[in-house]
Formats: sequence, structure tokens, C-alpha cells
Amino acid sequence: MIDKGAPERVVITGMGMVCPMGHDVETVWQNILAGKNGVAKTSIFDASTFPTTFSAEVKDYDMRKYIKRPELHEHGNRGSTFVIGAAVQACRQASIDVETDEPADGIDRSRLGIYLGAGEGSVDNDAFFRAIAKAWQPEKNAMDWGRWAQVAFGQMDPMRELEQEPCMPAAHIALLTGARGPTRSCLTACAASTQAAGEAAMIIRRADADIIISGGAHSMIHPLGIMGFNRLTALSTRNESPETASRPFTASRDGFVIGEGGVVLILESLSSAKKRGTGILAEVIGYGSSSDAFRVTDMHEQGRGAIQAIEAALKDAGISYKDVDYINTHGTSTAENDAIETKALKAVFKEKAKSILASSTKSMMGHLIGATGAAELITCVLAIRDNIAPPTINLNDPDPELDLDYVPNKPRKCKIDVALNESFGFGGQNNVVIVKRYRE
Amino acid sequence: MSSARVVITGLGAISPLGLTVGEMWEGLCTGSCGIDTIKAFDPVGFDCKLAGEVGEFKVQNHVPKTFRKSVKLMSRDIKLAVMATEEALQHGNVITKGIDAENVNVDPTRVAINFGAGAISCDLEELAPAVAASVSEGEFDVRKWGRDGIELVTPLWLLKYLPNMLACHVSIIHDIQGPSNSITCAEASAHLAISEAIQIIARSDSDVALAGGAEAKVNPIVMIRQCLINRPTNQNNDEPHKACRPFDTDAKGSVFGEGAGIVVLEKLERAQERGARIYAEVAGLGQSNNVNTKYESLEADGRGVQIAIEKAMEDAEITPDQLDLIIPHGTGIAADDLAEARGIEAALKDVAAKIPVWPTKSMLSNTGAAAGALDLIAAVCAMKEGKIPVAKNCDKKAQGCNLNIVQQPHQGRIRYALCSSYSYGGQTAAVVLKNFDGEKI
Repeated sequence: MIDKGAPERVVITGMGMVCPMGHDVETVWQNILAGKNGVAKTSIFDASTFPTTFSAEVKDYDMRKYIKRPELHEHGNRGSTFVIGAAVQACRQASIDVETDEPADGIDRSRLGIYLGAGEGSVDNDAFFRAIAKAWQPEKNAMDWGRWAQVAFGQMDPMRELEQEPCMPAAHIALLTGARGPTRSCLTACAASTQAAGEAAMIIRRADADIIISGGAHSMIHPLGIMGFNRLTALSTRNESPETASRPFTASRDGFVIGEGGVVLILESLSSAKKRGTGILAEVIGYGSSSDAFRVTDMHEQGRGAIQAIEAALKDAGISYKDVDYINTHGTSTAENDAIETKALKAVFKEKAKSILASSTKSMMGHLIGATGAAELITCVLAIRDNIAPPTINLNDPDPELDLDYVPNKPRKCKIDVALNESFGFGGQNNVVIVKRYRE
Repeated sequence: MSSARVVITGLGAISPLGLTVGEMWEGLCTGSCGIDTIKAFDPVGFDCKLAGEVGEFKVQNHVPKTFRKSVKLMSRDIKLAVMATEEALQHGNVITKGIDAENVNVDPTRVAINFGAGAISCDLEELAPAVAASVSEGEFDVRKWGRDGIELVTPLWLLKYLPNMLACHVSIIHDIQGPSNSITCAEASAHLAISEAIQIIARSDSDVALAGGAEAKVNPIVMIRQCLINRPTNQNNDEPHKACRPFDTDAKGSVFGEGAGIVVLEKLERAQERGARIYAEVAGLGQSNNVNTKYESLEADGRGVQIAIEKAMEDAEITPDQLDLIIPHGTGIAADDLAEARGIEAALKDVAAKIPVWPTKSMLSNTGAAAGALDLIAAVCAMKEGKIPVAKNCDKKAQGCNLNIVQQPHQGRIRYALCSSYSYGGQTAAVVLKNFDGEKI
């Protein structure tokens, strides 16, 4: 492979998000700093009989407000439509033209890539469940596949079924922006979009692209998704008080709160950003990935994989744990994650562990699954910009075993130059990205 | 950044042509066809009743005894990945905990895993009793589902169907603790996963990487999604061996299948130090995108394919006349094949009409996220053997296709080979392999 010379520095030049806390970055950030909460009774479908009846939904979102040609994207799944809005915001900030055959932004499309951590679409419940129900033969304990095919062919919409493919959000972004550079989509569960941003940074560092539209898109708020997580007993069932259900690091935490969203960060080589004269929001300085190699169902008890990923990211950044000012934790509000994550942070940050600010914005936003890491990476950039650590809300009954400074309930002003975002996914996926205040 | 040289030192494949790389290559050389009438379910009601299915195997016999229970948690995609991984590790003499716990010869924290995976589709029969328990007055009732139905679904159901569970199971069995990713870009997944793994090795984030792809597409819900966008053939149900016809004038669509292909990657110096057998060098990588309002098709001029190939050639620092083999994506969907041919021709210019082009899906079927890996392994075998078998079912080239589809078996040294793929969401990828034979080490 060709030698590309000295590695490129990677900076962030645009951000956009559509999530349960709002449909643009500043609204979401102000809501976070105000300690607001995006969790409520589920309205996308009737979840009233499920063990968990609430979620963090994106509400009142209309993709058509963001684009001129919505007809090209109308079949998009929820994740696709969210990420389209996020991409338009981020591209606008980074001066990347969208929806045009003749972009005037001076960007070589073959060096403009896409890398999303994106989930599968939501199934067309009516068609999916109806076809199974009509074809099941309980007396034979088998499906009548002829009947199933007949019902399914009659009911299923080709484009909605195509939107089941996890690569479809990236396809929409390609059409929107004309991007012709390296394009990937990964799905490493709850760590996907942190991984997407990290690997995208590596592509730019090697000069295989100048700009990558990275981020995440996902919604699992549907009858199969909630079933799956409820059966795993991973979701909070605090149905009487949805707004306090996401309560990371408390003694009374009982599971995560599922959310949804679309998030975009524009990653760019420093040389390209300078050449274009576009504003620089922060620098991406480190990325680490690891695998627990432990159990399908559980995290490694000592946080082995988490520790390895954090240390790999610090090493990649060429900094010491002492240089980190803020951590956006994975902080899911499950018994297991919060305990093991705390253990891992103590192992890595040693004497500094108890003084470092480490909060969970999932307490407000919920867990956006594939899109969560990118959303939290944006909060890291904003924490640096404003020198303020976002809070962990609902932290009124701290778990005595968990004794770090999780920035309980109120944001805190402090000097933040380096922020670390960590995401851990089912299956032992660990990904960490470190961002830093940009300086020449 | 110094440009590291990354080589392939192990191969593993499970495909409709057999359970090993050897069986696959043998089948390809003899023009065998892995496509037949679907056995996994009754395809009555489908216009395409054909698929490439993998013969019988018992994954229990390929994992350490202590893991036999976890087989219950493996969807078919995962089983295929586990099988191909075992072969690749043994083939490459990479001894992990799962191969031989007493004689491990790699540092588990320095092994990466990067698999292409499909959107794993659930077993509808497994869900059916729960769905049936959720019917009110003849229709599915989500309130009954939430109250009664879901109780009937196995508690760990979700974990069988997350695309990263292929890498997860393999990492547990073999104690692989390094970087791990799962690329979900449909039929371009394997090439993209392998490309990313190569970069991980090149930047020294790992010493060894396991990369490739696996997918089991012979499932009614997967098949119906393909049928709804008119990708499978509706002809030749009575003559399965003639059904998938890439670049042929009678091509009527693709035939889907299942499989897994995994390769072992490491830096050249490391491979040489440990005396590993080197199968090929990965010389160049390129990726791009379709930009197309018809999401399910390739754009007519194949521009995304063209850019990926041009970048891979540039990365490999070679000219088109140095290529002696191209394995295209070639699905048997006439319009897509033609668009791909245009993309290849645009990238390689006049030389494109001379280079032998060998599509494999007429024999292997379209194995989705595994397809690019099986093709890459086929290309490595062709290089090692100095032989290109005949492209099956391309009896009369489609009008407008100017590629040199292999009509007679070729013998002779293959200097460089190009593999190309694209997804029906638009991602494109190309990989250039370099023959390692004859190079003074």
C-alpha cells in the first residue's frame, strides 16, 4: 500500500443531532445543562402492557423541514430520517453543500466519505406479525410457508423492507451529499457510533479521505426491540416514574431507558479544514477499541476490555490519564454496567479517579443504542467549548459502592481541555474516543 | 506513517461448494454448482425456489467442549463464522485458546477481529408460538404481545440476532481481545471489513487480524426482502445449475445463499519471522459509493465501482496491464452486471477488455456479507495455483459488456488480482492482491 507520509491531524468541523432532547445541537445542549429529561410514556406503539411502558422518543420531528427533496427519502426508517436532519445541520456548519448536483463548496467528492454506526430499521409490524399469525399451524408446530409468502407478498412494502438493511442510513447520506469517498456502516451494538467516529478518524489520519460524515442512526423503540430488551431484563421498569427511570450510579438503578436518534459529526483533516477556512470545533486525538472475549451476556467482571480500550485510546492520543478533564461515561443505569465501568475507571485513572468529572448524559437522553456514542461525543465537544461538565440527573441516592464524581444533578463549570467518551456494547464491544480543545 | 506491508497467512471458507477452502476451490475448478432447490424451508409461494445452501455440519465438533452449550445461542450466521474461523486459524498456524489452550502462540490482546455481517434475520418459527398467542379476533394484537406473547420468547432471543454476535462468539471461543468491529454493508461488507482490518494491522494496533464475512441468507424473511426488490431470478427453477448467470445475455437475476470466508492477516515482517506460509499480499484498497435515487440498484454508469477500483489501483501503485485476474461482484442481475462492467471498463480503460474476468456467483451463489471474502479466497487460490477456472453460465456475453469473461481455463502466473463488490445500499469496495511467489524474501 502506498505511503501517505506524515499522519494527518483530525478535527471536527460540524455537528448535528436529532434526539429525544431536541432536534438541533444547541437545543439539546441547553436542555442538558438545564437537567431536563426526554423520557415519557411510549407513544410510537401501544406499549402499555409491556414490562416497560416508556422510552425516550424523538417527538414532533419532520424531516421535510430540513431538505428540499423529501420524496427521495420518504421511505426511510426512523434512524434514516433522523440522521438526514442531523447531517443537514452538520454539513451546514461545516460548509458542505447538500442536495445539489453541482456543489460549490470546493470539496472533492471522492475524498468525502461516510461512516455511520447504524442500526437496522424498525420492522413493518402490521405485515410482519400478521403474516406469521396467519401462517402458523399450532397443530403441526410448523409454519405454512405458502400461506406466509402469500400474506407477506401482499402486505410488505419493498422499500420499507429494504430499509431493514443497516447500511441504508449511509445510502441516504450519500444521496444527500454526493459523497464518493470511503463509506462504511458498522453495528457493534451500543458502541457502534463511537467506533464509527474512531475508525473514521483513522481513515482521515491515513489521508484516505479529507472529510468523513460520521455518526449514528438507530431506533429500536418497536414491539420486537422492546421485547428483546425486556426479555434480557436490561430495561428499567420504573413505569410509575419514567422521568426518573434513567438513574445511572444510584443504588436504586434498575436498567437502561431506551432512546432513539440520528447524530452526525463531520471529521476533517486539519489541512483540509485550514484550506477551506472552516471553523474547528475540537480535535480528535485518540481512539481505542477492544473486545471483552468473556461472555455473550455479561461484561468482564473486572472491566478488562473497558480498561484496554481506554488505555489504547490514551496511548493513541499520546497523553496520560492525568491529562483527561472530563469523561462522558457509558453510564447506562444498569446494575452491571455502572459498577464495572466505575471499576475500570478506577483502574485506569488511579489516584485521579475520584476527582475526575465523569457523568452520564443518558440520565437525560436515554440510550440511543447505535446512535448513542456519537451523541455523547458531541456533548464532549460542547463541554470543552463551554468549559462545563454536563450532569448526571436523578442521582439522589448514590450507590455507596460507586464513589466517583459523577457530576450529580447540576452541571459544573470547570476548565475542560480534554474529554473522553466511552461506549460499551453487548457482546463485549468497547470503544473510546478522546477529543481535545483545538490549538494550532 | 510508514506504509506497512500486510499479507494473508491463513484461509477459511465454508460455502455451498463445501465445508473447507479445499472443497470450495475443487468445486470452482470443476465448474460445480452449489445452487439447488431450497431445503431450509418450503419455497412454495416464491418465484425463486433456489439457493446456495451449505451442506451438513456440526458446529459442536468445532468448538472446545466447554463451549458446546453456547451453540444454542448461535444463529446460523454465527455458526458459519465459527466454522470458517477455525479453519483459517489452523491453516495459518495461529494457535489461540480455542485451538489449543496449551500451546497458544499469539498475544490475545494483539489480535483484532473484523467481520462483515448481515442484518441477521430471526427464525420466524421460533417467534411464531409467541405471535400466535397474541392474536385477538384473527389479528395480531400488540397489547396481547406485550402481556402474554413476549413471555413465550426465549430470554436471550435478542442476542442471537445482533450482527456483532458473530465476532462476539468467535472472540470468546478464541480469546481475541483486540479491536473488534462488525461491518454491516450488505454484499460489500466482507471487503470493507478486510480493508479496515488491514489498516488496523498497518497502524500496529494489532499483530494479527481475523477478517472476512459470514451470512446465512436462506431464510424466508431475507428471501422475501430480495424478491420484493426483484433481485432473485424467477427462471430456471427446474435447472438450478443454470440459474445464476453473471454477465450472460440470459441473466435474469441473482440466487442467494449462505457461507463464511475468513482470512488471517498480519504484517509481512511478522509472518516472515514466525516462518508462516504467505498466500498473498494485500497491495491496494479502495472504497467509494453509489449516488443513486434507485437505492436497490447500481447506478447505470457504475461510477461508484469505478472510483473504488481506481483508488485501489492507485494505492497498489500498479497499472491496469499488471492485473491478470478480476473477480467482480457479478450477481446475475442484468442491469447491475452491466453497470459494474461499465465501472470496471471506465477504471481500467482499454486494458479492461483483455484481463480475465471470473465471476463466481454462478457456482457459489450470492452469499451476502460473506461474498467478498469467498471471492478474495478464490483469488488467492487462483494465484497460488496459477490457474483461473471457467466462468460458469456465461455462455453468451450480454450485449454492452466488453469484459473478457473467462471461457476457457487459464494457466499461468497471476501477478495481481482485483476483487470488487458493492452493496444494494450503495457502498463499493475494491481490493488488489499481489502474488507472493517468486519474491526474494
